[in-house]
Amino acid sequence: MSVRHSLLALLEQGPMYGYGLKSEFEAATGQMWPLNVGQVYTTLARLERDGLVKADVEADGQGQKVYRLTGAGRAELDAWFSSAVSREAAPRQELAIKLIFAVRSPSADVGKVIQRQRAATMRSLQELTRLKADGGGGDDLTAELAWTLTLDGLLFQGEAEIRWLDLCEARLAGTAPGAAAATTAVPASGVDPAAQSEPRSATKPTGARAGGRP
Amino acid sequence: MTPILEVRGVTREYGSGRTTVTALDDVSVMVLPGELVAVMGPSGSGKSTLLAIAGGLDRATKGQVLVDGRDLGALDGKALAELRRRFVGYVFQDLNLLATLTAGENVALPLELDGARPRTAASRARALLAELGMAELAGRFPEELSGGEQQRVAIARAVVGERRLLLADEPTGALDSLTGETVLGLLRRQCDNGCAAVLVTHDARYAAWADRVVFLRDGRLVDQTAPADDLHGPRDPEAVT
Repeated sequence: MSVRHSLLALLEQGPMYGYGLKSEFEAATGQMWPLNVGQVYTTLARLERDGLVKADVEADGQGQKVYRLTGAGRAELDAWFSSAVSREAAPRQELAIKLIFAVRSPSADVGKVIQRQRAATMRSLQELTRLKADGGGGDDLTAELAWTLTLDGLLFQGEAEIRWLDLCEARLAGTAPGAAAATTAVPASGVDPAAQSEPRSATKPTGARAGGRP
Repeated sequence: MTPILEVRGVTREYGSGRTTVTALDDVSVMVLPGELVAVMGPSGSGKSTLLAIAGGLDRATKGQVLVDGRDLGALDGKALAELRRRFVGYVFQDLNLLATLTAGENVALPLELDGARPRTAASRARALLAELGMAELAGRFPEELSGGEQQRVAIARAVVGERRLLLADEPTGALDSLTGETVLGLLRRQCDNGCAAVLVTHDARYAAWADRVVFLRDGRLVDQTAPADDLHGPRDPEAVT
């Protein structure tokens, strides 16, 4: 889970105190991932050191620091929203957290965050399937079986993630204010032109279209 | 390399006027020999319509469909039926096999319909089933086969003869994971041998067997994964999203 990026996402909405960041984070994530204050301040110190946030001491004499996002911090946040979470490197919660903050963020396109992740997870499933088809290569049947079972486990996790992303997308399309925004934005850059025989129109209204077939 | 299937800017509308429903909206997909392409998307997103149009079972309202380089829209009914019979094989979720024929007879049927003598057709069907590791199933009737066996026989029937385009609509729908995997393995092998296949599925684990995955939403293509060859290469995340 990325505390670092979550704090940047909260600061995108305005300057905040360290303790305020902790409470906002916990409120935003439904108390699923409690933070301790020490962790928040350590992370803020690193963010400040890296130039991603700037701390100003309040003039009220209490000496409290107010943190705000810098240009570099905004760039880092944009990079987070525009990249997929690696299934290998990161625990799954990071994706949940990313979606929570993407929904709240005025700058993130949730539809694209979902779509990008789905494509990345699908590629990871393809890779795992190829590994499984290739087999372990050894003569040791037990090791071969263990390898297959491990890959099966990762495949089911990836599949679950894709189903969950599909559901997130459907819920957003159905309930969010300006509902269609998430999905209408998607087709705009939705197709790899290199894989298509003809260029496609980038912006077409989809509002009048019915979802089903007769 | 001539694509086996080329769908160019296809739109399919049902009804007219205010009740028009757009099942496919300007969809383009190309499938080369050896390629397996999976189509995913929610119910009603146009997946089965795309498959029906690709196989000449339904006509596009707009756009072109080329099978083996031939424009389906330019063929008359007879030529279309012949192309379908000789070149395209279908596999559905169920009701694939004729209950009164054995597995071998089911596989031989397309060859007989295409004019082969019954004995020749039967021996070619048996040879194909043996090649696909199903020799022992040839004499059995569908009701004596498990769901997975029936689907594997259906795949054999879909590729028997010179047919190169395999269209599969949820072929693993009713199967458990392990059995589904054997069906996908067989589909994959047919592609590795030079066929082209389009697989409609709800299941990401089965779609992962494909070289490319196409997502349909409300009749539009919304994103694609990279060709399998690119999996290891550096990728621009924007290129696939």
